[in-house]
Amino acid sequence: MAMKISTISRISLVLLAVLGLSACTNVEPWVKPYERDRLADPIMALDGDPVSSSYLKHVYESREGARGGEGAAGGGCGCN
Amino acid sequence: MLRRISATLLLLSLSAGALAAVLPEDRADVLYHLYDGGGVTIDGPSVLVRKQVGKSLSFVGNHYLDYVSSASIDVVTTASPYTEEREQWSLGMDYLRGNTTMSLNYVSSVESDYDASTWALSVKQDFFGQLTTVALSYGHGENVVGRSDDETFSRDMLAQQYGVSITQILTKNLITALNFETVTEEGYLNNPYRTVRYRDAEGYSYEQEVYPNTRTSNALGIRAKYFLPYRAAIEGEYRYFTDTWDIVGHTVSLGYTHPWKNWIFTGKVRLHDQTGASFFSDLFPRSEATNFRGRDKELSDMSTTTVQLKASYTFLDDPVGWQGFLKRGSISASLDYLTADYREFRDLTSGAPVGEEPFYSLEANVVQIFISFWY
Repeated sequence: MAMKISTISRISLVLLAVLGLSACTNVEPWVKPYERDRLADPIMALDGDPVSSSYLKHVYESREGARGGEGAAGGGCGCN
Repeated sequence: MLRRISATLLLLSLSAGALAAVLPEDRADVLYHLYDGGGVTIDGPSVLVRKQVGKSLSFVGNHYLDYVSSASIDVVTTASPYTEEREQWSLGMDYLRGNTTMSLNYVSSVESDYDASTWALSVKQDFFGQLTTVALSYGHGENVVGRSDDETFSRDMLAQQYGVSITQILTKNLITALNFETVTEEGYLNNPYRTVRYRDAEGYSYEQEVYPNTRTSNALGIRAKYFLPYRAAIEGEYRYFTDTWDIVGHTVSLGYTHPWKNWIFTGKVRLHDQTGASFFSDLFPRSEATNFRGRDKELSDMSTTTVQLKASYTFLDDPVGWQGFLKRGSISASLDYLTADYREFRDLTSGAPVGEEPFYSLEANVVQIFISFWY
């Protein structure tokens, strides 16, 4: 388990380093807020029905040996 | 069978609720769910209510029930059919400050022989004009495993979940997400009722399963959703899974969403394939043949296929709000047809010679009907 925790730590450090470097550069958002109407469409929601998606996760994880990493990640478009 | 999985799911479901730098919409859902297949029927309601308070707080509550009636292949070959009930409550709070959302959730799940309590915390931050969202999550679950036929039996299990997710808008038509999740479990991971079979002079007999006391799993998922040139969406997802029990899994899915007037139709196909746990065997050569022994079919080499059809009808859509209150209402129904094919777990009801029984497979229908209101 220590090795797995260490793996997570390394991934977290890389992630933080990337974010830190990104903060030092002038990256301009290349999709402007007024260009996000399609992403704001309800058909583009990553988790439009949370009560349903959490139930289906339950079904899959009851029938399979794998778990996690699947389904909604959410966020992004700032438009719900 | 659902017990430990349900407890783990509490952690996982809490980790998935990453949101944008606006609070989630106020909504209420009432859902009826039904799983019917493999000799198992599970149904019940789920009610979710979410309400914003002030400008920066949102509260959510969920009440979920499972009514289980089981005559599964495990039950008919080694035990007696049973019925049981699982009740789950959850309460959550999201706090928005600038581009940061902090979430705290608590879930309680109670069965006659399994109690689970889970706390989860997540922090989410938007970057680059909300093109990128990064979320970190941690969950802590304490579980008590019992036996309905032995009041003195009580074992503890601790589960912890660590998650990182990145959601990225790539173009004005394409959104992607990357999820990494680690779950560690320590303690009693067996199902106290399940047995393994081993060869003996009479053919075969059963003895108690023995699982390792720890399990750590890693899952990496990538997902993309694309808005098609006409108003429709296509979505793809892949998940790689591995754990310390030597299970390696690959899961892919492809979905298509098509609106038409007040309707939204969705079709989805999902395929899952996995290797079996290192200590799984359908038939051990003798009693106590190995230190760890398991015959849970979900830990066998197996694959599943799911085809989903879903339709939603919006019967109310008024930005001002009907009666100054309800802004939107919809009713949805979905059917998931699931097949599972086991490549190590055998069907002992066939009457074939010991060790030569056909591999087991099952078909199940999963039905959901729910009504949703936004206010």
